[in-house]
Amino acid sequence: MALITYRTALNQALAEEIIRDENVVIIGEEVAQYNGAYKVTEGLWERFGDKRVVDAPISEAGFIGMGIGASMLGIRPVMELMFWSFAYVAWDQIINNAGQVRYMSGGLIHCPIVIRGPANGGTNVGATHSHTPENFIANTPGLKVVCPATAYDAKGLMKAAIRDNDPVCVMENTLLYGESWEVPEEEYVIPLGVADIKREGTDISLIAHGRAVLTALKAAEQLDAEHGIRAEVLDLRSIRPLDEEAILATVRKTHRAVLVDENKPFCGVSAQIAATIQEKAFDDLDAPVQRVCSLDAPAIYSPALEPIQLPTPERVIAKALEIC
Amino acid sequence: MSVKKKKAPETADYSKSGINASLKPADKIRFLSEMLRIRRFEQTSLKYYNQGKMGGFLHLYIGQEAVAVGTVSLMGKDDHVITAYRDHGHALAVGMDMNACMAELLGKGSGCSRGKGGSMHYFAPDKNYWGGHGIVAGQTPLGLGLAYALKYKGAKGCCMCFLGDGAVNQGSFHESLNLAALWKLPVIYVIENNQYSMGTSMERSSAMKNCLAERAEGYGIAWDAANGEDLYEVRAKTWNAISRAHEECLPFVLEVDTYRYYGHSVADANAKKYRSAEEIERYKTHHDPIRLWRKQLVDEKVITEEAADELDAAVKQETAAAGEFALAAEAPDPASIFEDVYWEVDNQTEAGQTGRHFFGD
Repeated sequence: MALITYRTALNQALAEEIIRDENVVIIGEEVAQYNGAYKVTEGLWERFGDKRVVDAPISEAGFIGMGIGASMLGIRPVMELMFWSFAYVAWDQIINNAGQVRYMSGGLIHCPIVIRGPANGGTNVGATHSHTPENFIANTPGLKVVCPATAYDAKGLMKAAIRDNDPVCVMENTLLYGESWEVPEEEYVIPLGVADIKREGTDISLIAHGRAVLTALKAAEQLDAEHGIRAEVLDLRSIRPLDEEAILATVRKTHRAVLVDENKPFCGVSAQIAATIQEKAFDDLDAPVQRVCSLDAPAIYSPALEPIQLPTPERVIAKALEIC
Repeated sequence: MSVKKKKAPETADYSKSGINASLKPADKIRFLSEMLRIRRFEQTSLKYYNQGKMGGFLHLYIGQEAVAVGTVSLMGKDDHVITAYRDHGHALAVGMDMNACMAELLGKGSGCSRGKGGSMHYFAPDKNYWGGHGIVAGQTPLGLGLAYALKYKGAKGCCMCFLGDGAVNQGSFHESLNLAALWKLPVIYVIENNQYSMGTSMERSSAMKNCLAERAEGYGIAWDAANGEDLYEVRAKTWNAISRAHEECLPFVLEVDTYRYYGHSVADANAKKYRSAEEIERYKTHHDPIRLWRKQLVDEKVITEEAADELDAAVKQETAAAGEFALAAEAPDPASIFEDVYWEVDNQTEAGQTGRHFFGD
């Protein structure tokens, strides 16, 4: 298997889907001639031309809404947001139009659109550029949202998202774009709604999504090496649809859970996971479910402090030790 | 009309202009029938609203009928329509089933949106009608997207995207205009200027030189203004915009002066406070599009007064029957709450059956 970056994996997924389906079109700011603000779309414009890879002006409400309208008529746009933080100026289009039009039309319309881009903190760009709105999206029936943590998952989930007939939001991570993982040469697709055990364990479950999975993996290594605790790391991969069975299975196996989540704690994704566990696996628990989220303030700029605002392996370990 | 505009004199005769010259008497009578169907439908809706038989808002189209009927009458197979929440007129004009529209108002399972959309959210993609949208100007990027899809597929068509005079100050509309001009998309923005955005008159809401459509010049988009009480004029000027979209794949902004007799919605408590009773009466008496069209057809000897009365009586019967249908229709099945959320779930695909899509139980 080739070792490729998260960025390259996404690029391959986009290229393969452009070739596979003539209705797939990439639209976003700087995606074509500039080769992508984060180079995810590098080379695609040169390969596929103006019709398939389209530079949009800085006009998110306009071009995201346009993509939604085009998808109603059978185009399959893959819209790049330079940051998911910029989605808020297109929020009405995403939530009210992409999210609700199928329902309000009694099922007459559907929107096979993908909206993708990075959604993460940790790059010292301040509160306006560090949002992780997967919990907001997941709170909107009609929308789907996935948060790949590795290059392998990014490629497989992106391909599934493009082929899906519902609107799918793909939340990537600028801190992962340059990281490498093994990815097979042959084609594969990862279905939405299937979690993945990234590390087997028996003593406690660390349940995470996005880059927090890597934080959980680091914590699991240390828990094993320094405390003899074998932690299982479950990567949700997809938030909505959600692999509830996998969550319950790992909790039933280890009887303890720490949820690791870059969302802020109030109504973050982990709040939903915690509710699910207490409702459906209460008798399997040997200890209260714990959460490690971003510290509950706007994303701070200071390079000295931002790393500790995000979930850290140290905080995960501390929570794990409280209940093990 | 209350607004001064740079446009052709009100007396201009559009009855002989290209697209109207070929109209047959039956076409002209059909337009009268369609406008009457809209008006009587709205009056029946109002009756049910006042009786408490429907919930939510009811934005009546009464007074604006010539706009929907005139523009929609020009649609070809690749021409599409999308509008905002004052959507009953366009829905009936494209040929949506009146029973299903009435049942939707009453929240019934046989409603056009299965009782899930209500008054503001009618849809009929099989008739190239894409709603029915509740947020002011929220539909303007969608209309752009429909035009984008047409151009992408190489279809010779356009999207007529309707909006009110209150929508022209929303950012999404301006973003849409910029993209429409930038990418040469065949979208026609039809501003139905009924003079008031809820209780705020145009003078109190919109900065302009002479009229709203003129703002298009800032984006290099062609524009025109039409008198919405004259169906011939609406058709003539809309056809100009459609031809441009079809032949040159270019956008257009058409402002149509019109007037609503009722409030912004029926729940508009101040409907008779922000404008005078005399003003409303003046429009009803002198500018009513249906009254004027009927007189025109009688003058042209296309229809007799008696035949027009008979037509109206038949329409009244049709709308009353639609009301009866809606009243008798069943409420939606509670199980349908979870239908029409996800395509993949509804179609029982593998994707629709993988992972949990709904929560709370």
